[in-house]
Amino acid sequence: MPPDAATAIAAREIVIEVLRYRPETNREPVRQAYRVPFTDDMSVLQGLQYIKDHLDGTLSFRWSCRMAICGSCGMMIGGAPRLACMTVVREYYPGPFTVEPLAHFPIERDLVVTVGGFVKKIESIYPYLIPKTQRRLDEGEYLQTPLQLARYETFSDCINCMLCYAACPQFGENPDFIGPGAMALLQRYNGDSRDGAQTKRMELVHTDNGAWSCTAVGYCSEVCPKQVDPANAVNQNKTRSALDYFLRFLGRPAGSGSAASGEVEP
Amino acid sequence: MSRARPYLRPAEPLWWAHPPYLAYTLREATGLAVAGYAVVLLAGLIGLASGESAYAAWLNFLKSPWSLALHLLFLTGMIAHVWTWFQIMPKTMPRLVIGRRVLPQRWITAAGLAVAMASLIIVLLVAVWTQP
Repeated sequence: MPPDAATAIAAREIVIEVLRYRPETNREPVRQAYRVPFTDDMSVLQGLQYIKDHLDGTLSFRWSCRMAICGSCGMMIGGAPRLACMTVVREYYPGPFTVEPLAHFPIERDLVVTVGGFVKKIESIYPYLIPKTQRRLDEGEYLQTPLQLARYETFSDCINCMLCYAACPQFGENPDFIGPGAMALLQRYNGDSRDGAQTKRMELVHTDNGAWSCTAVGYCSEVCPKQVDPANAVNQNKTRSALDYFLRFLGRPAGSGSAASGEVEP
Repeated sequence: MSRARPYLRPAEPLWWAHPPYLAYTLREATGLAVAGYAVVLLAGLIGLASGESAYAAWLNFLKSPWSLALHLLFLTGMIAHVWTWFQIMPKTMPRLVIGRRVLPQRWITAAGLAVAMASLIIVLLVAVWTQP
């Protein structure tokens, strides 16, 4: 519903306290309160759009799809990391409630945070299939059974919204921690029976900034809007990393432990 | 020229004391109760190795009201630890696929708690059975 139509039938009002930061005027972020009329079906994103259209055009925030698939509108709503498009205003009635940029990330402007570090991490994990053996075109496609698919499928549902990073206190302490989101994507490929680059990716997992930065808090999986379960991706890699460590003494190459979960090719 | 001046908010040192992290904090803190009980058992073992009087002193300590209070504290801590640990356990293992479906994580948690419960009952039965 466009904000104008929302205004027409709005029955209630709520105060939204937004954390503002404009680098050219603010030395540090400040709270600003807006009184916003809302309807029962209105999302927090629509609330922000109402502010921008009717109350204060200088407010900056990211959004695109309005339906929880683009991953752009992640922010701290009422202190918890959530997608603004997936959260309804009425949940916070009578309010007031706070809207802040995603925790642990540097603020560029208002609700917009720096995403460069996260993109670098995604790039670092070889985010593509590297086949075990290259097949010629006439040999046909790389086949996979439904069971092999089930092993990694939810890890491929990530929309890169970074809510899990805002939920992770260890990422807050160590911004170099590869983190839940990138590790879920790593597991999406390492858990794929068609992939043969486990050894390469395990090198990242083994480091202090890899799986071992995680202390199994588990909140990342709770806030995930797509049930990707990144905590599972990180923590099963601790087992793999430990297995690789001990297999070294048996003269097995690193990464052979990680292949143990994959199905053997017929 | 870029006017970007990214602002990094100061870290919240008491993050572990806030609601979404309380179960985690409880799990990690009650690990100390598990370690504490291990120390008590270890003291008994050392007492046993160093002679009858040392072992008797340890047994006497166990009967003191201080020791009973301590064990009650350890037991409470242990129960909280077992409960919170089995909540996170399914996250620490690869997915179990049965047929084509991934086994729900709450079943793994339930299985873990059931095994913990069963072992407790067996220990209690053996304790009652072997009572002098």
